[in-house]
Amino acid sequence: MATDLEEFLPDSAFLIDKEAQDWRDAIRLAGKGLADSGFTTDAYTDEMIATVEKMGPYIVIAPGLALAHSRPSDAVLHTGLSWVRLSKAVPFGNKANDPVSLVIGLAGRDENEHLQVMSAIARALSNPQTSSELRKAATPEEIRAILKR
Amino acid sequence: MNILCVCGNGIGTSVLLKVNVEQVASDMNMDVTVTTSDAGSAKGTANMNDLVLTSPQLAAELEGVDVPVETIENFMDPDEVKKILEKYAD
Repeated sequence: MATDLEEFLPDSAFLIDKEAQDWRDAIRLAGKGLADSGFTTDAYTDEMIATVEKMGPYIVIAPGLALAHSRPSDAVLHTGLSWVRLSKAVPFGNKANDPVSLVIGLAGRDENEHLQVMSAIARALSNPQTSSELRKAATPEEIRAILKR
Repeated sequence: MNILCVCGNGIGTSVLLKVNVEQVASDMNMDVTVTTSDAGSAKGTANMNDLVLTSPQLAAELEGVDVPVETIENFMDPDEVKKILEKYAD
């Protein structure tokens, strides 16, 4: 697990306290984290935006949290995640869970490869205590340490 | 019981939901098998399950399936998942 997290969520995948104008901008930041880490090409960013345009803001899965992603495609080079904390929350059009302040970008080559990392994230986010710590954590080390618990 | 978690692509939100559902079910001593699917192919596989869970935005894509479809606003909230599972627990 320890090595997995460093591999799937490296320092280059974190964008902390960045400003986004709107939800598209927020997804672009998540796409930048994925591309900068070598997980995806820039085309994947457009695919993530298209997913929301086509299917609605269902990617906002919890209050303040969006899981930006698209389907496995040629634009996905490796399975990995990015982590974007916005300096100012932006609405995604999801009545129940807006506005969004944390965007997790996900590039998956298949549904199984990232399951371990996703399980760690799900475990941490479904616990109110660790969830609030995760949203406050400001460095990659802190965030990975919370996910590893 | 067999539960199908559905999201747009079948690799992201449905996987997080699956992890949460499995955790809640285990806490409730419920025996569940959870699978994930994208909205497009869910219509075909939904009827092999006892229950379908998805987000409100995607429920319309599942209209016409014969098994109950329940929507979840907060995929990370164990209490919301628990309330739904309680309705279907024996």
